[in-house]
Formats: sequence, C-alpha cells, structure tokens
Amino acid sequence: MVKLRIDDTDVEVEAGSSVLQACEKAGREIPHFCYHERLSVAGNCRMCLVEIEKAPKPIASCAYPVAEGMVVRTDTQVVRQARRGVMEFLLINHPLDCPICDQGGQCDLQDQSYAYGMDHSRYAENKRAVKDKYLGPLVKTVMTRCIQCTRCIRFATEIAGVPELGATARGENMEVGTYVEHALTSELSGNMIDICPVGALTNKPGAFVARPWELKHTESVDALDAVGTPIRVDVRGLEVLQILPGVNDEINDEWLGDKSRFSVDGLKRRRLDRPWVRQDGKLRPASWQEAFNAIAARLGGVPAARIGAVAGDLCDGESMMALKDLMAAFGSSNLDCRQDGAKLDASRRDFYLFNSTIAGLDVADAILLVGTNPRREAPILNARIRKRWLATSGRLPIGIIGSATDLTYKAENLGANAGLLASLGERAPDFFSRMQDAERPMVVVGQSALARDDGNSVLADAWDLAKTIGALQDEWHGFNVLHTAASRVCALDLGFMPGPGAIDFDAMVDGGVDLLWLLGADEFDTRRIGPHTFVVYQGHHGDKGAARADVVLPGAAYTEKDGTYVNMEGRVQHGYRALFAPGEAREDWRIIRAFSSVAGRPLPYDDIDGVRARMAAVNPVLGRTGLQRFGCSDLSGPCPQLGREHATDSQIGELVADYYLTNPISRASPTMAECSRIAPAALAQPALPIAAE
Amino acid sequence: MSGSAENIGDGSTATHNRVDPEHFAFTADSEAEIVKILAKYPAGREASAVLPLLYIVQEQMRHDTGSAWVPRIAMDFVAHRLEMPPIRVYEVATFYLMFNTSPVGRYHLQICTTTPCWLRGSDAVVAACRRVTGIKGWHETSADGLFTMSEVECLGACVNAPILQVDNDYYEDMDASSTSRLLEALKRGEAPPQPGSMIGRLTSAPEGGPMTLTAAER
Ligand code: SF4
Ligand code: FES
Ligand code: FES
Repeated sequence: MVKLRIDDTDVEVEAGSSVLQACEKAGREIPHFCYHERLSVAGNCRMCLVEIEKAPKPIASCAYPVAEGMVVRTDTQVVRQARRGVMEFLLINHPLDCPICDQGGQCDLQDQSYAYGMDHSRYAENKRAVKDKYLGPLVKTVMTRCIQCTRCIRFATEIAGVPELGATARGENMEVGTYVEHALTSELSGNMIDICPVGALTNKPGAFVARPWELKHTESVDALDAVGTPIRVDVRGLEVLQILPGVNDEINDEWLGDKSRFSVDGLKRRRLDRPWVRQDGKLRPASWQEAFNAIAARLGGVPAARIGAVAGDLCDGESMMALKDLMAAFGSSNLDCRQDGAKLDASRRDFYLFNSTIAGLDVADAILLVGTNPRREAPILNARIRKRWLATSGRLPIGIIGSATDLTYKAENLGANAGLLASLGERAPDFFSRMQDAERPMVVVGQSALARDDGNSVLADAWDLAKTIGALQDEWHGFNVLHTAASRVCALDLGFMPGPGAIDFDAMVDGGVDLLWLLGADEFDTRRIGPHTFVVYQGHHGDKGAARADVVLPGAAYTEKDGTYVNMEGRVQHGYRALFAPGEAREDWRIIRAFSSVAGRPLPYDDIDGVRARMAAVNPVLGRTGLQRFGCSDLSGPCPQLGREHATDSQIGELVADYYLTNPISRASPTMAECSRIAPAALAQPALPIAAE
Repeated sequence: MSGSAENIGDGSTATHNRVDPEHFAFTADSEAEIVKILAKYPAGREASAVLPLLYIVQEQMRHDTGSAWVPRIAMDFVAHRLEMPPIRVYEVATFYLMFNTSPVGRYHLQICTTTPCWLRGSDAVVAACRRVTGIKGWHETSADGLFTMSEVECLGACVNAPILQVDNDYYEDMDASSTSRLLEALKRGEAPPQPGSMIGRLTSAPEGGPMTLTAAER
C-alpha cells in the first residue's frame, strides 16, 4: 500500500495504482475520456491533468503511478487552466452537433464541456470532416465526432478479442475504423456504444428515437441466456427502447452480449396479445373465458398420466412453480424443462450448476470445455475466460472436447469424441497432466455434450475426470455445467422434471400425452407432437409452439413481469416489470392461477409473495436472492446407476448453431435477423434447415 | 484531386477504397531478405519486423511493376507472415508517409517545402517540377506515368536546402535549372545524376568550402 495526499485528504492505495485511481478513492472526480477502468491505459486525451508537487508541469493522472508521500492537487488554477486548454483542443474539430446527436444528454464531452469549455471558439478555420464508417447493423458511426480516445480500439482488441479496429494515418488525418470496410465480427460490439465517450458510436437500430431523459429505467435481469446479466430496461410509453448492461463485477463486469441488447425490436413484433382457440383446424381469436373453458373441457376425460407440461427457456420461476402445482393438482408429474434433451441429474445442486462461478474464472488455472461453445452460448462468460487467458499472458491451458473454434483465445482442440473424457490420460496425456498440475482446474460441460443418448455417461465421466484431476476440493468446485437457457437452473431447483414413474420430454412430445402444456417452449420440432395431442401454448411470441397450439394463452415477456431467475451459477435474482404486457396478455403465473380456479382446483396463492413463499418451501435456496458459494464436500458423482459404462466414442455436435436466433424474441427481431445474415462463421454456422413454422 | 493518392497527406488515407492487385507473393530475393530480418528478432516478437517487411514489399513492387507502393493485399500478406492482425499492419503502413498505399509514378518526387527549404527557394523547385512533368496538384501522377509529386515536411537536410527527394535519393541545393536538368534526364531515360549537392558543396560545409578550422593541424 502507498500513502499519498490528494488536496487535503490522505489516502492509501495499492502500489501500482494510478494517480487517477487514488484521486477517485479520495472522492475527487477527475475528468477523463480515454481512461477506462477495464481497458489498458492509453493516456492520449490529456483531460485528466492534475498537479503533482515537484513536477514541473501538469501530469496526466491516468497514466502516472502513485508513489509514497506524493502530494497531488486536483483543483488549482493551473489544473483548471490546463483542462480548459485540453477541452479547447478537443473541440477544435468537434462538430458541436449535440442537437442532432443521439449521445446528447448522456455524453461525457457535453458534460465536461460544461465545466471546462469556453462559451466561444477562437478558431475560425474549417473543421476537419471524417467519413462515417460501416461497422455492421448495430453500431452507427458519425466519425467527425470522434475524439480519438481509442477506447473502442482497445475494447475490440482486449475485451472482445477481435482486433479489427485501429487508428490509421496520422495527425490531422488520423481516423478510427477498420480500414477495409466490414462489419465487426464481435458478439459484444454493442458495448463500444457504451464506452465511446462521445456520439461517434451510437445505437444504430435505435437511432433518433429517444432522448435519455425521456426514458423510465428499470433494473432487471437478462433472460436471453443463462448468465443472468444485470440489465437496465429503458421504456418510454408502451415500448422498450433500449436495454443496457448493469454492472456486477461477479457476473458481467459491465458488458452485455449483442443479442441481449439488440433483441428489443423483437419485443414488439409477433406478439401474442390475446387468447386464441383452434376451431375447425384454424386458430381464431377468443376470450380468456373461452380459452380456459376449451382447456378445461378437454382436460375432463384425460387420465392424469396422459397430461404433461414442458417449460421453455425464458420462463420465470413463478410461472414454472404455478404450472408444476397445477399439474400436481391434476395428479400428473409429467414435467420437463429440457427441450434439448440434455441429460441432467437434478438430485444434487452441484451436479447441474456452474460451480466454480463466473468470477471463479478469474482464478482458474486450467479449463477444459466439453461440448460447449461459450462464445455462442454465453458471450459474457466467454469474455471472462478471455480475460483470464490474457491475465496469464496466454499461458492458461484451455482444452476443447467438441467442435468449438474461434473462441477469441487460444485453446487446444483435443478432439470431438465424447469418449475422450474417460480416457483423457491416455489420449491427451499432455493436457491431462497440465490439468492435474493445476490448483484450480475447471471442467465445463455444455448442453451439446449432454443432449445425447449417452448424455448420462458424459455427465458421469466428466465428474469422474474432475475428481481424478483434483478439481473437487473443499474450497474449489471445479465441476461446471454451462447452461444456455435462463430458466433451466430454476426449473431444476424447482424439480420441474419427470416425477417418479412419469415420462420425460421426448416421451411427452412423441405422443405420450393427450394434453401437453407448453410454457414458452419453442425450441424443438413441434411436428413431433402427435396429431391427437391437445396442445396448450402459453407464451408471448407467435413462434413454433403457438403455431401448433390448440389453445394459445398470451403471456408476458421477461421485461413485462416480476420474476425469479437463477443463473447457471445458481445465483437467485429477481427481474422487475418495466412495462405491461400488450393487449390482453398477462403475467404467466397469474394465468395459471386463474385457470386453476376455472378448472376447479384453485392454487393456494393469490399474490407473488405467495408464489415465492411456495417456491422457498419447495427449495429453500430460492428463498434468498444472491449466490451461495460452496466447495465440493461429497465426491460421489451423478447418475450412479450407470456404473462403469462410459460415454461412447462419437462426435459431439453443436446445439447452438446461431448465436443470434436462440429464442422467440430474437427470432422476431429484424435486427437479429440482419446480424445472423452477415454473421461470421464463429457466431453462426450456415443456416441449418429449420422446421417449417 | 486524383483518387490515386492515398497516403500523402490528402486526408483520404484512413479508408481503403481502391482496387488492389489480385495477387501478391514475395519473390525469392525478398524471401531471402525476410529470413535475414526475422533472424534479428526473438521468437514470438516477429511483429517487430513489420517496418522492414513493408519496405521489402515496396521495393519489390518498385522492381517488379515500376511503381513503389504497398498494396493492401500485400499488407495482409505481411500480417499473416508475422502472425499479427491485419489492422495493426494497416496502422503502421498508413502512419508512415514513406509507405505509399496507392500507386505512384516511376519516380516519386518528394519536395520539401518546410520553412528553411521554402526560404531557400523551394517554390522555384516546385514550379520547375510542375513545368517539366505537367503535374498540377499534389499527389498526382504525370500523364506518362513517370512522376508523382508529393509535398513533404522537413527532410532533415536543411543545411543544403532546398531538397528534392527522388525515390530514396536526396538532391540538394536545388534551383529551377538543376531541377529541370534532373527531371529531363530522367524523362529521357538517362541514368540520373549523382545524388547530393548540385553546387558541389562538400557534405554540409558552407558554400564555397570550409570557413572554420581551416588552420593547419598543430
Ligand atoms: S469512436 Fe468513440 S471510442 Fe472510438 S476512438 Fe472515437 S471517441 Fe473514442
Ligand atoms: S484520461 Fe488520462 S490522458 Fe485520457
Ligand atoms: S526544411 Fe527542407 S530539409 Fe529541412
């Protein structure tokens, strides 16, 4: 620790900190543009000047390391004058077009010019103009506004791992761009909009739509992947206009994946805003009462064993709880949340969680990825792996069993055969011994590896491997399952799985039930459902599920309801309603609660606290938000009934073929469609034949 | 302004917007040179060789096509060879004005017009260049494809101002007539005169010979 004096305050900061960090610790706000705490230091904007005793001239505090006994002045005449000078320089070529700039009202340059700008310009010369660049469908550029802080260049290079942006030419002619024009090939490109301190990079799909002060903010949780990224939903009137990342150092630092940020236009398209009932083979609009009656009538003669329910990927915990209770009220435990057919063992929580935690990646010293492509399945987590890889100067051993490539860090491809898990020691001895030597190794199993006939064996083999290499310790749990669906872990926590003697997802859709309740389940080929199965689809988008339904119950999207989500680490979080669902659509657990009355088996709760109390009773972990950490105290593995059978030597496929189109909201979004169309191979394979709608 | 000049201060340098040759490959001579250069850098630090490699590209282009420039495709080639992202090579190649990122004439006339050269008559040199070559603006190439004219900042040889740099050679103490003679000779395809002072100055000694330290050695 180093002690220094900032104005009249003594502070103590870690050695190696910058003067700017020390000033912030002392509560002094230092104006800055190029400095960003999560990027490398560039020191090129000069806005952060301070005076340091014994230094002959003002010093750029972001790039100056602290020293013992240093005396720093942040608010002297000299400092103010110097910053004014810098501001004047920055504005020489800046167009000052705030009235037509989308950054207006949330612009660092605008804000800081209030404090340090002049009321007039001393320059009469023409301003330099810079041609705008094409960076893809998400990031709009007005490059004349660029102050060349290079944050976007550093973000692309360091965080996103796609070194495509640069500063070409020099001096007056320097421009920021890709030189050879092309769309950025990053799934994190939206974050450049956030970090650009001026209006050079702005939200392209959201251009000229709103001013920041018109928006109502709601803090919530992202539901489009299983990372549980904190988000801020910005609403004006009846429309979500933008989604921005929140900040949580344990989850996302401050980043958000492009899908989660830019699917907003999907939230108002293809919406189910009223109930529908199938009559003479065709869906027709209906009232809630008609819809409920149609289901109740059909339920009448069906035996309990022929009723089933499937929970989709975006569901909140409350609706799954209500649906489970509803099914129980009818005597059925034909429940499943695994549309991809992943073989998960819900008997113990650490069999299905990402136990090392996302922040745990920062200390991991060897990682084996099995049947997962984190870049497509959880970009934020992938960026975290890259961060760790960079922190180890690229020495972190990362192995892949599967077909993932181009993950933005160097990884060793060990082969795609699931059988490798049981024989890694013989077939990849080098990597195996590096895992063994590691103190905190991680085995990460993805859904692609589990959604196979021998998925149970894969799970057991992966656990055994983790055990063998010493990843299962009291203080470090190195066995991880990487989920892709936001609802999955909560569903497993609630036991939304086939009960004893009940049938699973495959059996249900393949004709095992007469009445099938799909709660937002759209990620499977609905043609598999038998012609005689009566399908209730409850959800918010007219996707595959609704097209096959006999009754459609319009539900609420994740921005339109309070809900509980549990991310892949097992972190319990609450999302909040940012606006009301459109038309007659309602919050999902309420729909089920209402139906239960119509069907004569009312559920025992009437408000959300009641549902949550019930959830906490079913699984106490759901009673408290946050993450409970644990090591591994019990080494016995999942799926014990399988004994010695190992996973077969066959290729692991890739479940998530296209990052941009994994859920009904994104599939309804024109922006995501465009992203998918031009996506690089790393993010979307050439289109696979998709089941007709 | 002609669309051909990219990297010579005309403000259009930062976006690649020109058709490149379709192929580029290092010749055997260049390859041999590259091996020598790479040997100077430790393993994993090959990117440090980006400047010399770009020079090799430009010299090879001069030799093979008569136009010393660095096509985009060649920058990609260099990036691949040095295992660095292409944008990092573009940044370097566009930063240094010594690399031409668009085609130039057989002779690249780089005329210094910074204050010392200007005071010593660079305007006359510029005028002579225009008259002989027929070039009007900066960064343009003459109709016969022989010359491209660029305005450059101080070449670091002010003592012998004004300076006209032709390709890699400095012609010093220029005036209108020596400039014309030089360019006419180049036009006729004759071997160019010896570079250096055009008035017989000894290195950078005063005009007419040394004026100090002339006494015999003790
Ligand atoms: S575009 Fe924005 S982030 Fe990038 S260098 Fe310019 S001002 Fe900085
Ligand atoms: S913030 Fe310090 S130089 Fe830009
Ligand atoms: S001013 Fe021309 S060489 Fe220095």
